[in-house]
Amino acid sequence: MAVLRHSAAFPFLLLLVLLICIPALASGVGLNDGGGGLEEEGEQFSEELFLKPLPDRKVLAHFHFQSTAPPSAANGRHHHLFPKAIAQLVRKFRIKDLELSFTQGRWNYESWGGSDPISSTNAKPPGVELWALFDLPVMEIDATWKDLTHALSGLFCASINFLESSTSYFAPSWAFRSNVSNLRYGALPREAVCTENLTPWLKLLPCRDKAGLASLLDRPSIYKGYYHSQRLQLTSTKSTGMVLKQTLTVVLKPDVQRNSAHSSLDNSIQPSWSVSSMFKKNVTGLCVPAKTSRIFFELETNMVVELEKLGYGDSWSNSIFDLSPNPVRVFKESNPLPGRSNSIIYEYINYSEHEPLDLGMKWKLPFIWSCSQSPFHASRFLMGSGNERGSIAISLQSTESNKEFLAKSHGCTVQVLIFQVVPWYVKVYYHTLQVFIDGKPQSASDVIEKIQVSPSEDKLFPGTLELMLRYPCSVQSVALTLDFDKGFLHIDEYPPDANQGFDIPSALVTFPNFHSSRSYVEDNLSINSPLLLKFQEKNVVRSYTEALLVPLTTPDFSMPYNVITFTCTVLALYFGSLLNVLRRRVGEEERLLNSKGNTTRIRLIPLLLSKFSSKLKGRTDGTPKSSSLLGSKFLFILVVVLAVLWHYIAN
Amino acid sequence: MAGIRGYWNLAAAAIAFRLLLLLCFPKDLHLGSRPEVATPLTSLRRRMKHNLLAEGYWLKQASMSPYSGSMYHGSPLLLSFLGQLTIRRVEGRPPHFYCSLMFVVVDFITAVLIRATGQKLLLSRHKSFQVLNLSKLVEASGIVNPGDFASLVYLWNPLTIVTCMGSSTSPIDNLMVVMAIYGACSRIAPLAAFGWVFATHLSLYPIILIVPVILLLGYGLDAPPSKLFLHKTSDASSSCALNQSPDNSEAPKLTDNAIHTFSWVQVLHFVLWVFIWLCFVLLLSSISLKDVGGLSEMFRKTYGFILTVEDLSPNIGVLWYFFAEVFDFFRNFFLIVFHVNILFMILPLAIRLKHRSCFLAFVYIAISSMLKSYPSVGDSALYLGLLALFCNELADMHFSFFLFCGYIGVSLLSPVMHNLWIWRGTGNANFYFATGLAYACLQTVLVVESVSSMLKHDRMLRKLVKA
Repeated sequence: MAVLRHSAAFPFLLLLVLLICIPALASGVGLNDGGGGLEEEGEQFSEELFLKPLPDRKVLAHFHFQSTAPPSAANGRHHHLFPKAIAQLVRKFRIKDLELSFTQGRWNYESWGGSDPISSTNAKPPGVELWALFDLPVMEIDATWKDLTHALSGLFCASINFLESSTSYFAPSWAFRSNVSNLRYGALPREAVCTENLTPWLKLLPCRDKAGLASLLDRPSIYKGYYHSQRLQLTSTKSTGMVLKQTLTVVLKPDVQRNSAHSSLDNSIQPSWSVSSMFKKNVTGLCVPAKTSRIFFELETNMVVELEKLGYGDSWSNSIFDLSPNPVRVFKESNPLPGRSNSIIYEYINYSEHEPLDLGMKWKLPFIWSCSQSPFHASRFLMGSGNERGSIAISLQSTESNKEFLAKSHGCTVQVLIFQVVPWYVKVYYHTLQVFIDGKPQSASDVIEKIQVSPSEDKLFPGTLELMLRYPCSVQSVALTLDFDKGFLHIDEYPPDANQGFDIPSALVTFPNFHSSRSYVEDNLSINSPLLLKFQEKNVVRSYTEALLVPLTTPDFSMPYNVITFTCTVLALYFGSLLNVLRRRVGEEERLLNSKGNTTRIRLIPLLLSKFSSKLKGRTDGTPKSSSLLGSKFLFILVVVLAVLWHYIAN
Repeated sequence: MAGIRGYWNLAAAAIAFRLLLLLCFPKDLHLGSRPEVATPLTSLRRRMKHNLLAEGYWLKQASMSPYSGSMYHGSPLLLSFLGQLTIRRVEGRPPHFYCSLMFVVVDFITAVLIRATGQKLLLSRHKSFQVLNLSKLVEASGIVNPGDFASLVYLWNPLTIVTCMGSSTSPIDNLMVVMAIYGACSRIAPLAAFGWVFATHLSLYPIILIVPVILLLGYGLDAPPSKLFLHKTSDASSSCALNQSPDNSEAPKLTDNAIHTFSWVQVLHFVLWVFIWLCFVLLLSSISLKDVGGLSEMFRKTYGFILTVEDLSPNIGVLWYFFAEVFDFFRNFFLIVFHVNILFMILPLAIRLKHRSCFLAFVYIAISSMLKSYPSVGDSALYLGLLALFCNELADMHFSFFLFCGYIGVSLLSPVMHNLWIWRGTGNANFYFATGLAYACLQTVLVVESVSSMLKHDRMLRKLVKA
């Protein structure tokens, strides 16, 4: 019987196994097919590192990791290289564009450059900045934004979820990006950035930091840097699919290698460095999934100009500095104006598994150059003292680069866009906007071309100011001032370190007339590098101002009980004494006293009570004189009993 | 009986003093930003901002709601009225020059109305004393003219001057309240209704003045309790019956005149006018807010703002600190408690003081200015001025010297504490709150003592009549 049953079950089991296996086998075959196509148009990953010496003895390192996924219909929900978490985000929240940056330190626009592609797209305000463009109807955007902040907050171990409250994000109308209604922008200037944010960011890379260029990211050396900005940029379109750009920009100061021969010159010579000395790590191995793995080294325009003055041209090994491995390729920037020198990029390819690519730069002679600056240097500061009111000032100072621009064309005008978000507890009086040009007050309507103000709403919205200025290029300085009153918050709305003050997010200053695009002599196909292609995009020059720290008045945090009791005492005093005055009838009282003197009047309730109490006590003879006393005693006991009962029932 | 000699000189001097301050210290005073003077509801600085925004003075864009931005919480009518004045600038003058000039005029009108009210009160007092055969009492106490006195107290009160100079709109609120009282005292129902409707529209709290206004219209001016007249009448009639002399028959007639029966006609007239003015105000507001927000937003942003104490910036009251510190889950409870405290006292006071409706109005004003969410010294200026109307009745009030010193002390200490806390950072919020607490106590004592001495005065009259 049992054998028979077994024999009957066996083919069934076999069938089951087959049934399970067929889709798996089919998918395996399909996977192989997909693997074949991956090279051509499937998901791609590339990693690049961009290095540039900075004039103030520092080195800029910019990592650029790019993952792309073709439109999702082709692959379904499965991804080989593209991080699934990000793909899910895009799918769930219908994100068109998203940029999230974690930054520590402030980009020094004066000495690190203000108009090159790195500074205008990768210099970010301190703390967290997030903006997202949704492909959704306007009604659903706010709810989606809230969900998105929570998802990102979980994904990156940061308190991005604080951006969910309507007081901290805003929909800029035109000053941030031109005319979009489904954009949301939020910033948390005080967010501290550390390795806990970097680790989840690295997890999105196919090789993490185990192999490839990402293996350079040694935590102590990159967090020791002067500026650290970790960014995630996501673009998703129907035609090209999803593109995820992860960039990490650090400004590091190489250790000075003491050289006995040049000890007298050591202070003036730029410190020599190599990738391994700067990051305290070597590139270990190749990240196999990466399509390209390259390092670029840039000599910026002013540096090339200075070199050409000395007659060295574009050589990577001259009497001023040496680049240690020879570059594979050299890209030269093409310039619309002929007869001028331009920046040069040397390309290195990380192709060997065993020989780590250790790019190094050795300075031999002192060399001074300056970086390319934005036309106007924007800064922002607070004016006034005390905790009641103050003013915000935004100043734009003309720089060297503007002078060159001015020399080129006469009668030109500069256009400047200013986008400023102010939290609601800084109550800005927008009518007090004053404009000073070269130190002289100017009527606002002469300079302001377009303005949009959305005043803050207490505990609901932040206030925003979007301004478009236009003034002649010959102007040396422009200053804007706005008065504000400081708000007073509820005790719970203060952060734990209330006396430190509150941060106002950085203002964004954009120069729409100036672009930071680079174009190279080589054509795009031969360049074939996502980073350099990105440099060729026509981006406007932007700079962020400093975050402001506004000290606000604090109440006494230890006082809530005292304040409640004091106030209620005053209130009770008022209520009780006024009611007492109204209730009292002096004439009645006098009459009562008189009548009491004549006859002992027994009131009804005490009489009843006394009778009741005497019955309780078993006394039949209650004298009327002691009755009132007994009554009050009894009342007291009754109240006590009631209180005990109440307590008992309530518990 | 005669008014204070040189009343007009003194009043003119008060006006001249204001103008002098306005012209000589155009920018040095900064009174408009003092927390004692300007509250979120009355500050002109806040008001001005939205004027400019709404009128697109320099913004070439669609006008915004005056309430957007949580800055402005007043009436839209005031905005369109004062807006014209705030924009107009004069060379070498402070920014709100025309506004301040208007406030000087408003102060003067208020003082004149207080004077007229006082004279009416004095007349009625004399009449009732004649009826009660107490004329000797009038002659015995060298009586001051309460109208002149109160009007001068109002004009020369430093608090009033500071409010007037500080470009806060409380002089207008005060004018409306005084107008309502004057209209009720002189039985001009349209004026009383106008004052009451506008005062309520501007600052909500005068809504409780409907009780004294109706009592004034119904029963007439302040008089000793009607029981005394009845007593007198019965005495007189009995004496008439005894004597049968014809010349005594005038006395009961006079007494009948003195005991006013409640005249429903006047009250109905008043209600009708209230309705008319209410429609008028709502219509004007909805016209001025037609494109931006509308009436529901106005109610939410003005009355809602008053009732929920959203703004926690310091003022001379105690509620700002209380609601800055109180736990969030108790907030609604205490909001109800504080506002119901104003309402609780309406009925008991109305029962005990129904024969003294004008005094009742004063008590209501004092209570509401003590418990209101955003008090300022402008409110105190009003009730201190009205208090002087009853200088004869309250002549033997207790603690008057203590109160006087207290008011001076608080008004000197409060700016000092504010400066220590906000500007120097050496004191903390508790210092300033303590002066607010002291001020609330002083106001409590003032209200309680004035009510008790008024009741005592009535008792004294009764004794005299019965004697």
